[in-house]
Amino acid sequence: MIEIKDLHKSYKMGSNALHVLKGINFTVEEGELVAIMGSSGSGKSTLLNILGMLDVADSGEYTLDGVPIKNLNETKAANYRNKFLGFVFQSFNLINYKSALENVALPLYYQRVPRKERQERAMKYLDQVGLKEWANHLPSELSGGQNQRVAIARAMASEPKVLLADEPTGALDSKTSYEVMDLIQKINDQGNTILVVTHEDDIAHMCKRIVYLKDGVIVEDKKVKQVRASAHV
Amino acid sequence: MNSFRFLFDKNTWQEIFGSIGKNKTRTIITVIGVLWGIFIYIALAGAAKGMDNGFEKNFETVAKNSIWAWSQSTSIPYAGYKTGRQLRLKVQDAIVLKNRIPEIQYIAPVNTRGAFGGASALTVRGIKSNSYSVYGYFPEIAKIATQKIYDNGRFINDEDIAQARKVCVIGERTQQELFDKDEDPIGGYIRVENVYFQVVGVHKFTQTTPFGTDGDIFIPFTTFKKLYNTGDNSQFFTIAAYDDADVVQVEKDIKAVLRSIHKVHPEDERAFGAFNLGEIFSKIMGFANGITFLSLIVGIATILAGVIGIGNILLISVKERTKELGIRRALGATPGEVRSLIILESVFLTMIAGIVGIILGAGVLSLINSLTRDINFPYTNPTVPIPYVLGALAIMIILGTLIGSIPAQRAVSIKPIDALREE
Repeated sequence: MIEIKDLHKSYKMGSNALHVLKGINFTVEEGELVAIMGSSGSGKSTLLNILGMLDVADSGEYTLDGVPIKNLNETKAANYRNKFLGFVFQSFNLINYKSALENVALPLYYQRVPRKERQERAMKYLDQVGLKEWANHLPSELSGGQNQRVAIARAMASEPKVLLADEPTGALDSKTSYEVMDLIQKINDQGNTILVVTHEDDIAHMCKRIVYLKDGVIVEDKKVKQVRASAHV
Repeated sequence: MNSFRFLFDKNTWQEIFGSIGKNKTRTIITVIGVLWGIFIYIALAGAAKGMDNGFEKNFETVAKNSIWAWSQSTSIPYAGYKTGRQLRLKVQDAIVLKNRIPEIQYIAPVNTRGAFGGASALTVRGIKSNSYSVYGYFPEIAKIATQKIYDNGRFINDEDIAQARKVCVIGERTQQELFDKDEDPIGGYIRVENVYFQVVGVHKFTQTTPFGTDGDIFIPFTTFKKLYNTGDNSQFFTIAAYDDADVVQVEKDIKAVLRSIHKVHPEDERAFGAFNLGEIFSKIMGFANGITFLSLIVGIATILAGVIGIGNILLISVKERTKELGIRRALGATPGEVRSLIILESVFLTMIAGIVGIILGAGVLSLINSLTRDINFPYTNPTVPIPYVLGALAIMIILGTLIGSIPAQRAVSIKPIDALREE
């Protein structure tokens, strides 16, 4: 599903260049649930941003579902993001003046799905994350866990190839974190490919594979026995 | 094609309403800026048009390029004549003028008693009598200064002239003073200077000429000639030039021709006098045009100020919405879509403001119209021509697009990743 070869990325900080990714090679198969771990500054967020086409690598190859991702302009990137990717952010990033339902329906709007179908599909995904009753509430009226579930529903609504989650539990207490991870596991059980960036060990072990990043290189890549989050809830 | 679908897509507008509606106070205050601009524009343009119409109405009963010309006395000796020679217009002069000056549409010699010196004519009917000014008119007069004749009556016609009929058109006041209230004056007889005239019409008095009253009696020019023994003399000519003629030049030509006929020094300006209504009219219309132009400038400048206000607010709004726009782009909004969203917001706000402003402006115009209806003020039917309104709307769409593209460009110049990082 995802294939990365010799990915490099550096940021210019004044006169110095900060080499963040130093040749990443990495493959993700369809249906995998991968945790990307590492301390801050290890380059894990940068990697995720490149995978999410929010950022561009300096060199290296990136293939997503057989499509080579290169020569991206903003419009092309936007279309790929819309078609291939779902995002879940640490800070939820919901639009605060739109209801939960409208937030979930937003990626479908950019796919030019007609309004009625958009609403129906958004409602279906809200139902999946257990927030059907909260559909018409604004994000400010929902708890953090609920907001993150709305964000997950939004990421899933466009039926992406890959779900990218950047510290999805970073802003949540552990009980809520497990609820969110339970949801992510269930989505993965349906065959969706998911990448989770985290620095929490317990969260990482709820995935099927852990990739450790340190100073811009992969230091360890191992399959783990998945801990079911439902056991903790 | 794609952008057109975007423009007419219901979803697009739902997105726009959503983002405009989230900050109602700011939206309303922003809209008021442009609303005020368009309101001023409409109110000023309409008022200027109303004034324009008012002037036109004041002049509507008279040909707009009419000239009255009369003879005076020479001030320069010429061709053996000494200075101070009293000149007299002849009826034949009118024919020469008409032939020599192609710009003249109508020319009618006029004789009068009572209006410019000379005793008014004693007019008697039974035991009632009074003195009135008498005019010897040709039918063409009616084409130069419209004569409103009451029902059943008529103006002097060609037959009256040819046969020098003893018929007359009397004024409203003359009718009141000489006839009983319920009496039909048409067909009745009055005695003017001891000659009986049959009344053929009653004219409604309007101030169409620099002279004239509501008591004037009009008789055929040829009858006047017999009555007063005026021979070929004419006191003045009433002249109308064609609509597209330059009336100032026509007046000069008339005087030049008259000078050559009467053997007057070509530079003797005082030999003939003229009252040029066309010139006065064009000066007034020039003034009205100036007002219209000024109101356009002021209106457009005010609209511009309002639109800049919208641009300003949108710029702030884009800054506030950096993160939201980042989220939209992460979810797949293309830069084009984000740009269109901001520009359409700008155009939409401008248009709403414009339409409300036009309605309010029209309301104020009709209010002023109803207030000034009964007072003597040159202000009639203040309308704003449709092209002006459409022009204003076009200007607003263009300005809205231009000003909206500044914040729109700003919105897309921020990378989505940076926008998302913003807290």
